[in-house]
Amino acid sequence: MSQDPARANDSARGRGPARASEAARTTGTAGSVDTARAIDTASSAVLGVDALIDDPGTRIVVCCGSGGVGKTTTAAALGLRAAERGRKVVVLTIDPARRLAQSMGIDALDNTPRRVKGIDDSASGELHAMMLDMKRTFDEIVEAHADRERAATILNNPFYQSLSAGFAGTQEYMAMEKLGQLRARDEWDLIVVDTPPSRSALDFLDAPKRLGSFLDGKLIRLLTAPAKLGGRAGMKFLNVGMSMMTGTLGKLLGGQLLKDVQTFVAAMDTTFGGFRTRADATYKLLQAPGTAFLVVAAPERDALREAAYFVERLAAEEMPLAGLVLNRVHGSGATQLSAERALAAAENLAEARIVDQVGGKAGLRNSPDTYGSSEPPATETAVPEAPSSDAGSPAADRTSADGAGTDDDRGTADPSAEADDDRSTEGRTVEQLTAGLLRLHAERMQLLSREQRTRDRFAALHPEVAVAEVAALPGDVHDLAGLRHIGDRLAADSSPTAAS
Amino acid sequence: MSRLQVVSGKGGTGKTTVAAALALALATEGKRALLVEVEGRQGIAQLFETQALPYEERKIAVAPGGGEVYALAIDPELALLDYLQMFYKLGGAGRALKKLGAIDFATTIAPGLRDVLLTGKACEAVRRKDKRGRFAYDYVVMDAPPTGRITRFLNVNDEVAGLAKIGPIHNQAQAVMRVLKSPETAVHLVTLLEEMPVQETADGLAELRAARLPVGRTIVNMVRPAILDEADLELAREAPRTAVAKSLSAAGLGGARRGGVAERLVEPLLTQADEYAERYALEREQRTVLQGLGLPLHELPLLAEGMDLAGLYELAKELRQQGIS
Ligand SMILES: Nc1ncnc2c1ncn2[C@@H]1O[C@H](COP(=O)(O)OP(=O)(O)OP(=O)(O)O)[C@@H](O)[C@H]1O
Ligand SMILES: Nc1ncnc2c1ncn2[C@@H]1O[C@H](COP(=O)(O)OP(=O)(O)O)[C@@H](O)[C@H]1O
Ligand SMILES: [Mg+2]
Ligand SMILES: [Mg+2]
Repeated sequence: MSQDPARANDSARGRGPARASEAARTTGTAGSVDTARAIDTASSAVLGVDALIDDPGTRIVVCCGSGGVGKTTTAAALGLRAAERGRKVVVLTIDPARRLAQSMGIDALDNTPRRVKGIDDSASGELHAMMLDMKRTFDEIVEAHADRERAATILNNPFYQSLSAGFAGTQEYMAMEKLGQLRARDEWDLIVVDTPPSRSALDFLDAPKRLGSFLDGKLIRLLTAPAKLGGRAGMKFLNVGMSMMTGTLGKLLGGQLLKDVQTFVAAMDTTFGGFRTRADATYKLLQAPGTAFLVVAAPERDALREAAYFVERLAAEEMPLAGLVLNRVHGSGATQLSAERALAAAENLAEARIVDQVGGKAGLRNSPDTYGSSEPPATETAVPEAPSSDAGSPAADRTSADGAGTDDDRGTADPSAEADDDRSTEGRTVEQLTAGLLRLHAERMQLLSREQRTRDRFAALHPEVAVAEVAALPGDVHDLAGLRHIGDRLAADSSPTAAS
Repeated sequence: MSRLQVVSGKGGTGKTTVAAALALALATEGKRALLVEVEGRQGIAQLFETQALPYEERKIAVAPGGGEVYALAIDPELALLDYLQMFYKLGGAGRALKKLGAIDFATTIAPGLRDVLLTGKACEAVRRKDKRGRFAYDYVVMDAPPTGRITRFLNVNDEVAGLAKIGPIHNQAQAVMRVLKSPETAVHLVTLLEEMPVQETADGLAELRAARLPVGRTIVNMVRPAILDEADLELAREAPRTAVAKSLSAAGLGGARRGGVAERLVEPLLTQADEYAERYALEREQRTVLQGLGLPLHELPLLAEGMDLAGLYELAKELRQQGIS
């Protein structure tokens, strides 16, 4: 149970008005992070993120997973954490949320890493970040491998232009390519790579090869250079097919497109040495020691199914899996109260209220005075009075918090409306609020058990995979403070105190 | 009411689910809807818990009130072969082309060609009439590519402009554009009440409008239930904890005194209310952004038990009640 008295009495927890400010949002956030520990990861080992990023042998961390699960967020959070722990880090992001990118100072597509300001550099680490520009990356390859004239021909080729602007697999291919370049420069201790948004995590591994094979494929060569086939007798049959094919395709696609493809392949061939070869080379980098994969998933059926496929694939490819990041996990500080009991109790309150209303004025909220006078008569359960003289009692606590908070928190409520309790809260009573809190809790507990079931299924399939859990924050993650929290959560499970 | 309803949205927001629910909602009172998918993922079959769909229109569901939903997974390779067959009388050579990978090759190097085949098939179903001159389908609902690609996908004319300037593909593109840019078509965007999907919706909408494609509605999916309202949240900030503790105790949850069972629930329950409040505020912010887009806004609930057939009918009912059909 994460309910320790120190925390319960912590008035900075954020029920007070200060919560409205940026700083306190963080505090509230930390609270929810703590509560997420309430349910243990059943049988899985715990992923030690700090050991991974502190190890000088770790040079590349790849964050994979299906779309929207938090790959970019995880990659950025890990990068920040590693940098603040003293490493020189570059994070290659692919499609960061706008506000997150802005907060890291990479709000435009930009192929060169920029130093991120505002990190804690007391351990003399550095954080650099960049957002992949796939077209620019492709252009740079061309420019690096061809003389100026030939490069210009390729860059102006219409087929090249559509290929580099968004062919299926180009983004994955270019992400790998960029990773290879960053690694070759050997300027950073650690490269953290985000992967392109796709419905399948496997695309990151497969798409570059698929694209490479297609561009280097027999058919594209046959079609684009039929002259070469000239004398080969064995190709007779193929040639019949070929002429039919070029004929039909020419009619469909227009001769120009085929010609563009042909020129492009020919120009690339002499300078570039084959797409497939190149894809294979970067692929090897992923198998090299020093590379670690993190699979990111939300505790949902589809995302965990994808994660399981990916885990199996990594094993087959002998690529090192560091573990699973289970992102957006929900927790509760009151797991001892089941959804059923919470709902039943909410019902009780609703019934009591009906009785109450028949009996007279419903209880009102707000000042302790009002509360005291409208308290419903004790029901079957004996409810001992809290010792009101105790300065540390919740009541005393409450009063002081209220006193401090009235000004900024309720700045909009004017005093005359305040006086009219019935109207300002539409006659809302503490009983109604409590019933609402209980229904909210029931919903949370139902969510928890659904998530637990999905995770158990994954753990049963892959008990060997170490897991780090990250709580679902109530809001988006869009600044360094948010990333730091995610980083703390990522590492929290491996700290000795987490055993509680 | 447009007869071709295109459903797009950010990946994973529920395009397939909403498209299917919409088809069910439209197929009321003996009407007939065709649900088409274009990405070769068999999402419809998964959703309706049936076997993989062939390239063939099949009845997959009956709507309340006797309407029917048919489904079709459009396969671009087979569609291309169809066209080649129809216009060039290729006979068995068509199969040879497929075997050599030429069909795959053509649709890969010219994505515009693939798109025009996919949209072309959907438009053909929209215009098709039976022997008595009635439309074969009252509605065609398309589970379309995501927001990032939808404008290029629908704007086939521009895309095939670089291809053969004459011939069936060219004519096809023209015919498709006549349907897609008319009031016969409406493009809906599915989103969640989160920053990234809402941003993508705004961007996608701007692109669609710039291309003069007819936009329909915004559908917010997976909306979580409103359990506490403003008044509750205000009271949650102000109510004395002892009062809440007593209330919990009165509800039968144990002692309200300090350290009592009920009292120990107060803190975590109020923390959850805080988190709820924060999410509530963020969602309201995103809802305001969506309202500013100037499209009719609909909301579908998050089904707590996960999606199944019953859930799909529930979403369809919801859409109907919100006057979407
Ligand atoms: N209203 C809802 N309540 C609960 N779950 C839902 C709801 N709508 C969709 N889902 C679930 O969310 C997941 C994503 O939905 P769906 O496959 O329809 O999205 P999509 O946009 O088509 O995804 P993709 O971009 O991968 O094609 C599915 O598991 C689906 O069952
Ligand atoms: N633990 C979390 N709690 C709350 N929001 C999160 C969390 N992780 C990610 N998010 C939010 O979810 C959205 C998608 O995350 P992102 O990292 O961009 O996913 P991906 O890169 O996998 O597509 C972002 O708006 C991000 O702020
Ligand atoms: Mg991302
Ligand atoms: Mg889908």
